[in-house]
Amino acid sequence: MITFEHVGKTYGDWTAIDDLSLHVAEGEFCVLIGPSGSGKTTTLKMINRLIEHDRGRILFEGAEIRSFAPEQLRRRMGYAIQSIGLFPHWTVEENIGAVPRLLGWPKSRIRDRVTELLGLLALEPERFRDRYPRHLSGGQQQRVGVARALAADPSVLLMDEPFGALDPVTRDTLQAEMLRIHKASGTTIVLVTHDIDEAIRLGSRIVILDGGRIVQSGTPRAILTKPANDFVADFVGREDIGIKLLSIERVSDRMRPGETAEGEPIAADASLRHALSLFVARGIDRLPVIGPSGTLAGAIRLADLTGGPT
Amino acid sequence: MLKNRVLLLLVAVGLAAAAGLAFVTHAPNRLLSGQAVSWAIVLGAGRWMALLPALPLVVGPFLPQSRAVHLVLAVSAAALAASLLWLAGDVAIRLADTATPSARTSFGGAFWLIEAMAALAAADALQRGISNPAARITIGAVLILPILAVIGGGAIDQLSIMKEYANRRSVFATAVATHLAIVGATLLPTLGIGLPLGVLLDRRARLRRPVFAVLNIIQTIPSIALFGLLIAPLAGLVAFAPLLGRIGISGIGATPAIIALTLYSLLPIVRSTTAGLEQVPGSVVDAATGMGMTPAQIFRRVEVPLALPVVVAGLRVTVVQAVGLTAVAALIGAGGLGAIIFQGLNGSAIDLVLLGVVPLVAIAITADIALKLAVTMLKMRSG
Ligand SMILES: Nc1ncnc2c1ncn2[C@@H]1O[C@H](COP(=O)(O)OP(=O)(O)O)[C@@H](O)[C@H]1O
Ligand SMILES: [Mg+2]
Repeated sequence: MITFEHVGKTYGDWTAIDDLSLHVAEGEFCVLIGPSGSGKTTTLKMINRLIEHDRGRILFEGAEIRSFAPEQLRRRMGYAIQSIGLFPHWTVEENIGAVPRLLGWPKSRIRDRVTELLGLLALEPERFRDRYPRHLSGGQQQRVGVARALAADPSVLLMDEPFGALDPVTRDTLQAEMLRIHKASGTTIVLVTHDIDEAIRLGSRIVILDGGRIVQSGTPRAILTKPANDFVADFVGREDIGIKLLSIERVSDRMRPGETAEGEPIAADASLRHALSLFVARGIDRLPVIGPSGTLAGAIRLADLTGGPT
Repeated sequence: MLKNRVLLLLVAVGLAAAAGLAFVTHAPNRLLSGQAVSWAIVLGAGRWMALLPALPLVVGPFLPQSRAVHLVLAVSAAALAASLLWLAGDVAIRLADTATPSARTSFGGAFWLIEAMAALAAADALQRGISNPAARITIGAVLILPILAVIGGGAIDQLSIMKEYANRRSVFATAVATHLAIVGATLLPTLGIGLPLGVLLDRRARLRRPVFAVLNIIQTIPSIALFGLLIAPLAGLVAFAPLLGRIGISGIGATPAIIALTLYSLLPIVRSTTAGLEQVPGSVVDAATGMGMTPAQIFRRVEVPLALPVVVAGLRVTVVQAVGLTAVAALIGAGGLGAIIFQGLNGSAIDLVLLGVVPLVAIAITADIALKLAVTMLKMRSG
């Protein structure tokens, strides 16, 4: 979907991006992470030509991005940023319909799409469509921001620290929604964050940047278990690496089907980290597990957390 | 007990003015200064009843400040303003019966002060009582109608200011028209140059310091000096190219006035245009760019609507300033209400001065209120 070939970017005599090569496959949820100033935003903005690269090539769906007019290219890519940037003089509906209007969609199609997206982002369409952004909470504004980015069914969604300014509870909900949307739509997503937990939770692949170079690129499990160097090991956190590993696996991966246990059950798609938390909090070593349909599916034991595939 | 300090202060000033200053003055002719006419004569034979609208205002500061009370106070203040005007006109009619035709009855200090206090009380009550700006202005306009009725009905025709008006009907009408025409003619080049310049300064930050420095210097030149400075170059230009003279350009009159007024008007327009564009949040422009709007689309759909309230606020300053400066332009022969004012000043005829000043103030206030309303409406729309 997106390919960087030996891409470089220099500001004056400061090399912000150096010889960066990266392929983001279709349907991938690729998270760019690194310390402040490592070149995450620059990398992201080079994709939709908000920043022009000055060395190497960047390909989008097989064609050089410079072969598109910048506006045409951007209309095929959703873009959501931390500061959101909703149009204050437009209603929620007009904000979400911005790109479809640019593309000349008929009114009725835009309206239907807005209704669909508001539903997708858990905003009641009739309550929110005619509101102005100033009458929304920060979390609701960012939901509208994400809906706006998704409006024209973009082939790729670019997000620059979209949840960085939200409170932890709202951020957690929106992360869960991003996962759900990614799963349902299969849209390719490139997301920038500096929060390793967010990266591990969302990414199907994590790309770690430092000083304008890629230090390591791989699945969350690979990054956690085989850090390429001390920088990565420090970055992902040496101390609670086990906890992070638990957070990328589901209860369903380790549960014992058919076995029974006492007490309040845990959902099969909850993380093992959640299960550990319940074991410790309740002082128990067995938990019943319920499946997606709400019926008891089995049980999980405390010892199961340390076994199994790694 | 005390619920409204502002109203109490206004009432106190009004009462003090009534006690210490003349309501109207009477003089044998327009050049002599007048003698105060006593309240006993003004209010005699039951005319004191015209002061009844003052009663709610006197007790108003101690009433619970509800919406209804504010409305009653606004209506009372407007009614008092109209009835005082009628009282002044009425006493002038009675004095005219017994005096020579050259005798003059003029407004005194108490009249002006009490009218000013009534206007402030009405404005304050409307402000407190009605939150919707459009409704407030509509009701305010309705409250002015009785005053216009008193003037239009001939009730104050024997007052000196109206006698001056009667002597100069056509001159007055021309002066008002010329005044408005000069202000209007100033706005064309002001907006034509100021808006693009403001946009340019928003885009090119480096140009801001030098351009604003020049505009600020122009602003500090006294208006009379600037008008005077333009006479010689323009006269020279016309001598050099007589064609210009034939299309009406000359060293005195409207041409230098419009040029000078434009120079003064540029600063508020350019500054507000640049400031309006600057306060458009960068994140909004980033998002618009990132979603694929062209620079022209961003300008038209995002920047212009978001900057407009600030630009119109600058236009408000510009127009009010131009209305006032146009009066000074009469000194170089541009005409307008200033011509009437200066004629009155030269002849020491204070009522002739007022004939120029009162409509001048009315025009300025009307423009101010109308543009303020426009700003409020634009702000409500653009969030
Ligand atoms: N317009 C610019 N001019 C000069 N330097 C810049 C500019 N934009 C970014 N940089 C520099 O490039 C580096 C990478 O920036 P950025 O991509 O924004 O980092 P990140 O998003 O990872 O925090 C930083 O050192 C930053 O200071
Ligand atoms: Mg950044």
